[in-house]
Amino acid sequence: MSVDDTGRSDRPTQEITVTVNGESVTAEVEPRLKLSDFLRSHMELRTVRVGCEQGVCGACTVEFDGTVAKSCMLYAVQADGREVTTVEALSEDGDLHPIQEAFHEEHALQCGFCTSGFLMATRELLAENPDPDRDVIEGALADNICRCTGYQNIYDAVETAADKLEGE
Amino acid sequence: MSIETEDPSEIDPAEILGSAIERREDPALITGDAEYTDDIQIPRMTHMAVKRSQHAHARIEDVDTSEAEAMDGVVDVFTAEDIDVPGSLPVGWLLETLEQVDHPILAGEKVRYQGDGVAIVVAEDRYTAQDALDAIDVEYERLDAVTDPSDALNGGPEIHDDAADNVAFEWEIGNADETEEAFEEAAHTVDLEVENQLLIPNAMEPRAAVADYNPSDNQIDLAMTTQNPHVHRLLMAGVIDHPENKLSIRAPDVGGGFGSKIHHYADEALTAWAAKQVERPVKWVATRSETYQTDALGRGHETHGQVAMDEDGNITGLKVDTKANLGAYLSTFAPSIPTYLYGTLLSGQYEIPAIHCEVTGAFTNVPPVDAYRGAGRPEASYIVERLVKHAAEHMDMDPAEFRRQNFVPGDAFPYETPVAMVYDSGDYEKTLDRALEMLDYEEFRERQEAAREEGRYLGVGFSAYIEACGIAPSELVGQLGAQAGLWESSLVRFQPSGTVTAYLGTSGHGQGHDTTYSQILASELGLDIEDIDIVEGDTDEIPQGMGTYGSRSAAVGGSALVQSARKVVEKAKKIAAHQLEASEDDIEFEDGEFRVAGAPDRSMHIQDVAGAAYLAHDMPDDVEPGLEASSFYDPENFVFPFGMHAAIVEVDPDTGEIDFETYVAVDDVGNQINPKIVEGQIHGGVAQGVGQALYEGAEYDENGQLLTGSMQDYTVPKAMHVPEMETDSTVTESPHNPLGVKGVGEAGTIAAPQAIVNAVVDALEPFGVENIEMPLKEERVWRAIHENGGDA
Repeated sequence: MSVDDTGRSDRPTQEITVTVNGESVTAEVEPRLKLSDFLRSHMELRTVRVGCEQGVCGACTVEFDGTVAKSCMLYAVQADGREVTTVEALSEDGDLHPIQEAFHEEHALQCGFCTSGFLMATRELLAENPDPDRDVIEGALADNICRCTGYQNIYDAVETAADKLEGE
Repeated sequence: MSIETEDPSEIDPAEILGSAIERREDPALITGDAEYTDDIQIPRMTHMAVKRSQHAHARIEDVDTSEAEAMDGVVDVFTAEDIDVPGSLPVGWLLETLEQVDHPILAGEKVRYQGDGVAIVVAEDRYTAQDALDAIDVEYERLDAVTDPSDALNGGPEIHDDAADNVAFEWEIGNADETEEAFEEAAHTVDLEVENQLLIPNAMEPRAAVADYNPSDNQIDLAMTTQNPHVHRLLMAGVIDHPENKLSIRAPDVGGGFGSKIHHYADEALTAWAAKQVERPVKWVATRSETYQTDALGRGHETHGQVAMDEDGNITGLKVDTKANLGAYLSTFAPSIPTYLYGTLLSGQYEIPAIHCEVTGAFTNVPPVDAYRGAGRPEASYIVERLVKHAAEHMDMDPAEFRRQNFVPGDAFPYETPVAMVYDSGDYEKTLDRALEMLDYEEFRERQEAAREEGRYLGVGFSAYIEACGIAPSELVGQLGAQAGLWESSLVRFQPSGTVTAYLGTSGHGQGHDTTYSQILASELGLDIEDIDIVEGDTDEIPQGMGTYGSRSAAVGGSALVQSARKVVEKAKKIAAHQLEASEDDIEFEDGEFRVAGAPDRSMHIQDVAGAAYLAHDMPDDVEPGLEASSFYDPENFVFPFGMHAAIVEVDPDTGEIDFETYVAVDDVGNQINPKIVEGQIHGGVAQGVGQALYEGAEYDENGQLLTGSMQDYTVPKAMHVPEMETDSTVTESPHNPLGVKGVGEAGTIAAPQAIVNAVVDALEPFGVENIEMPLKEERVWRAIHENGGDA
């Protein structure tokens, strides 16, 4: 079956098996299907948001085999045999992840469209550097665009998240 | 420096108005629970894509869709010939001299900008729809294109048959004779030519629409990225000739707008129309490239400004001549932006006896230009504050003191300007003084002098901005050409169990309305915020509305909410008096409780009154059952937020690189409902202003091809591009609305560009630099330094 919900099979497809948020998924996909579209339309993962399809805005950022990647810049077939993690995996049993809590407390989002990407970028940053200074944060957020917040509260949220994670 | 947030559940309703509580909308937005338009999936849904012109100006000779129609998975293909409805996008603001031109939802004879739609494909999936676009063959006869307003007006190629010389309108405000006299009598005059470049709004969520049509009852349900669903419904009903009461428009979560989702574009109307044709749901989602080609642009002014002064540096006259780029067609509110939202703000914070402004609107071959965050007011503030900087320099006066000397004095409010505005309230020296204190201004001037001796170039720039928001008194805007009233409406409804739902005609898209409206209502009704639900953005649920733009939601929507809440309390008071067997005159209402004066143990909570009102077993005479009220609030006047933004920068004369040392924002937006949300609006607004000053600009080549076609090429600011900001505020209430609020959505964007440009010009004063055009890219700065030989 193809992922476009049409059931048509006239175009060539390829079988892939991907671990998405800890669950193994097998699907028939067109080779040209972007990973972002696979995650959104096939897996119904809404936190993967498509803002530019040019690899600039970072709204579609996911964790791909342990490092953050822009899912609009990958094809679904490249995820065959790989692991993908999205923001859906962060909150457990309805409880927000400390990074999500920090974004909430610091008003680090307004329209929310870009926020998933920032959450994933922050998650990777704090895993590598639990106590980053402003310059380090600036560098870690360089692949993500937010048009609403002017980034000020996002810096605060990353610092607050670092404190929360340190206290855990 | 930043404001600490509070958990709303820990705050008493009496204290909640003005508290920096956490936002209620966040949990959905930071998990997968939010629903943006593209998240909507409907069984049997098809996907629409738009074939767009690659030429900026061309005659269409033939459109061959046969190959596309034959493709597997293509449901249908439509061109201009198939459009069986009026299909022309309307203009919502008319001017006396306006040339109205046809704006078809699909171009049939001519394309007028790169991105103008010529055909649509409806297909089983998005990829197939895109494939089919490539299979459509359009033959064009190319025509010369023009993108600059002055070139368009001075012998440019004719874009519309009805608009001679590409003139869309000629407009003026102020008093020409008195202004001329002021210049004749002036001891000093200065002038500047400045550009305010075209900007692309760049909401993070691209525009999108999903339409579902039910033929048996002729009902269209349209979910779309909109800032004003009721306005879109009214306009679209005409465009696609569908009864307004059979067209429902809903704004799901909307990922930013900044003005770009106010306007009525072709694509959303085509989505609804196509759903009716194919009798299946249709989804359309713009790619980023499409938003770059079709979202209404902002700004686009070429301006000559002149200031007249007496011998002491008092401003005696201001003359402004602007050529405004309107793009290829008139977008929804386009005629109002470079006129009534621009010329009326040219007095700035200053007492200027005579002002005259002339604006010529020009058609060009760029996408239509309309409101983008600030809309007219940034352009006004830019020319005024650049001229003031220039004038102070000419007079050899300190720019802060020059401003102070010319300010409208604190005791002069309400203050009537020569350009038709009556400022509600203000205290301009207060924001100036606070900014000077935050900058440590005197110390800075010493540092600046010392640095210059070492060959380092520091500069400070001020921006004393004013804006008019809380748009707008209906009768007044009607006289000025608006084809709509600009009131706002609300409905406050208690449920029998004591919970409340408030319905508002504004439509938030990131501003945190769920939070701030809840704060207002909790305060008015004395309820816990948990008992309040806010509904916006749905024509089926909300009786009427005008939407969110022009920093109007708190001042106009919030006031409509207060008005309904007070009607509810008034009715509840009658019921409570009856229940408590007291005279209505003896009932007091505080913190949600109705009490009999002098008998504090006789009381009834408003939530219990709600129960009694629906039970209706024992109601006072002439009082209907139920507890709800609706209202339309029409503001008396605009509200006028103001403030002082200032930047300190260092410019590297070898590279033209600009470094921020400090960015200070002192804003007065009246009373603040949630100071953390206010601060966030300032942060985001300033970031967009920094973008305009230093990085952003839609650039086209001589054929009208967009050169800045991606977020990378255009340079939407990233974290490293935005300086750390120091914010503070003063509070001068607006006397015109029950909340005393003014508005904050656009302040930062209006204020920032001229603070930065003034700072850079100040830094480069030793090189004889008087002006640099935005965006201040390194090369431009370097060239400006070297224009006069490059010697300090």
